[in-house]
Amino acid sequence: MTNTTMGMTLSGVNAIQSSYLAQVQRRRLYGGLALLIFVVLMVSGFNIADDRNAGGFWEGLHQIGDYPADVLSEAWEKRADMPALILRYFPALVETINIAAVSTLIGAIGGLFLSLLGTRGLAKWPRLIPVFRRISDIMRAVPEIVIALVLIFVLGGGPVPAMIAIAIHTAGALGKMFSEVAENTDLKPVEGLASTGATWLQRMLLGVLPQVAPNYISYALLRFEINIRASAILGFVGAGGLGYELRNAMAWGPGRFDEAGAIFILLFGTIVFFDQLSSRYRNRLIEGQNQ
Amino acid sequence: MTAADLSFIKHEADNLFRRKRLAGFGLPAVLLLYLAYVFVAFDLQSLAQRANLDNAVTLVSDSWSHKVHVTRDNRTGQIDYSVEGERKGRYTEGQRPDWVTGDEITTIDLGDGYVVRYLPENSTEIEIPGFQLIQVQAEGRKLTSNLPETLPNWISASDRRIGITTPEGRITLTGARTEVFNYFPGWELFWFTLDSPYYGQSLGTILFGERLDPARSNIVGAFSDWWNNAMWRHKDVAWAIGETILMAFLGTMGAAIVALPLSFLAAKRFSPIMLLRASTRRLFDFVRGVDALIWTVVLARAFGPGPLTGALAILITDTGTFGKIFSEALENVDQKQIDGVASTGAKPLQRYRFGVIPQVVPVLLAQILYFLESNTRSATIIGTITGGGIGLMLTQAIQTQKDWEEVAYYIVLIICMVMFMDWLSGKLRTKLIGRKE
Repeated sequence: MTNTTMGMTLSGVNAIQSSYLAQVQRRRLYGGLALLIFVVLMVSGFNIADDRNAGGFWEGLHQIGDYPADVLSEAWEKRADMPALILRYFPALVETINIAAVSTLIGAIGGLFLSLLGTRGLAKWPRLIPVFRRISDIMRAVPEIVIALVLIFVLGGGPVPAMIAIAIHTAGALGKMFSEVAENTDLKPVEGLASTGATWLQRMLLGVLPQVAPNYISYALLRFEINIRASAILGFVGAGGLGYELRNAMAWGPGRFDEAGAIFILLFGTIVFFDQLSSRYRNRLIEGQNQ
Repeated sequence: MTAADLSFIKHEADNLFRRKRLAGFGLPAVLLLYLAYVFVAFDLQSLAQRANLDNAVTLVSDSWSHKVHVTRDNRTGQIDYSVEGERKGRYTEGQRPDWVTGDEITTIDLGDGYVVRYLPENSTEIEIPGFQLIQVQAEGRKLTSNLPETLPNWISASDRRIGITTPEGRITLTGARTEVFNYFPGWELFWFTLDSPYYGQSLGTILFGERLDPARSNIVGAFSDWWNNAMWRHKDVAWAIGETILMAFLGTMGAAIVALPLSFLAAKRFSPIMLLRASTRRLFDFVRGVDALIWTVVLARAFGPGPLTGALAILITDTGTFGKIFSEALENVDQKQIDGVASTGAKPLQRYRFGVIPQVVPVLLAQILYFLESNTRSATIIGTITGGGIGLMLTQAIQTQKDWEEVAYYIVLIICMVMFMDWLSGKLRTKLIGRKE
């Protein structure tokens, strides 16, 4: 009697063990295959990119340092002029930061409305939720450069096209992040306000915003960091600011590397400064929430 | 509670209210002030003058329509027919659109009663409903016409050049040439150029009909003619999109591969040496702070323009970002699982493999996939700087300022590409790490 039970359990254990081993083997096989495909993709992708590049990877590798070294050495030779140059490009830097700040501000307001109108339970017109979600998806999908280039053609160069382009993208991106936060809001204050006859705007302003504000501000600050980079890049294609000055300075070539150097320093310093500032402030916001 | 206490509390509450009120009005006021400053700084008041609304109109109308040029060279008398006035869109010898008739007198019927006639000896007749018959004679570099002194605003005329804009098309006349532009909706020659035997054939004919080109079967021939379409360059566009996605893929995955081992060095729990930890972190901050723009510029000097440069720029910038995110994820790893693995006698490497990696993989994968999507957008932008991918094609199309239908096409493709990558990365995320919550 005992023997038969033992035998049964033993065979059961054996079956479990073999099926487990088979499963492990299969998983290893799949994992290995996935890894193989990934490696093949990486290697062949690298080769294609290398082929289609003007200069090859291996020939260029040892030259990476040349340009920065040229710029830095020339900037170092003319270090006496550096403060003057930095002062000269400071207005361009301010423009770059302004583009980022205004577009973040406008984008955040746009994202706020998109998120409130596209979240279940909060939307003013529940039937239109999918519409607002699609709108924010499309706004998010358009790269800034597309809108910026088209607007530069219509409005002429300058900060405004970049500002509009970044604001549109920001509204879409923040709209999505905001609505993820808004989904987790407590609806009780909203219902309480509704019972007093508050309008939709009042309900949102007094019932929802106080709950989500720390997260929203934190996301908006993160976006501001990203937008400073974006506004510098858009400047490079003609939208004003520091990127535009960088392109001009680079077009001068050797002999004027000190200007490029000054712009590099300004850009690097600005990005690091705002990164630190916003991450410190964001930490404070999130800590305040957890208390 | 004494009266003094009460009045103190009341005082405190009053202060709080005053502060709140100040913030309530002060914050919007500061924002408004800032916007007003930007209004001046960005010179918005003169934007209306700088804005070129004609450009906007051309852009919008050209993006969904095309025009066919009928050009008479007044020196040779030769008449050319071409789509968008491009060589690639020229009608072959002996062919012409069906709204042009006549041999001695070429009659161009623009529709709705608007008719242009190219008469012999370089003279032209233009019939416009509700207006007199316009007759123009070109002699050398001069034009003589029967136009009245006072002209409606859709005609501009001098003795060198006459331009007439009608709702059905545009006519320009100079001494050297007479041109008629007939507008049609849609993207012409999107499938086949005029020299292809498949031009103007219906889908049914191509799929099931007689062989149009004796040398090739219909489907193969049609596909190859479409793929090599000189006007829309479908092959180049496909390659460019591939390049952009490749830049994003190589950059993101490369950055993840480089950042993973480095992030162990930057995480407090796995890297006891303070100096090493701090220097790795500073390295991450540095490559992140330099930003993709500067990396692109620097790398383009070393590797020349192309997709590899863009991929490397993304790789270097994102190594910093990934390093930061990964090392934060590693710091938050649960020790219990590592202890559990260690209790079975696992060596350090096995402890990492089975105790740490399974915990951080979902976070890592989610970030990598998110960046893959966002880098597709970055790669488009970097492509315009370093010269690769769909970004470059878009910039070139915009800079020529005439092929707005191509610009519209590229924009649609870019948006579809980004949305596809968004969808793909979401799909992979749910497949690999399961749905959120």
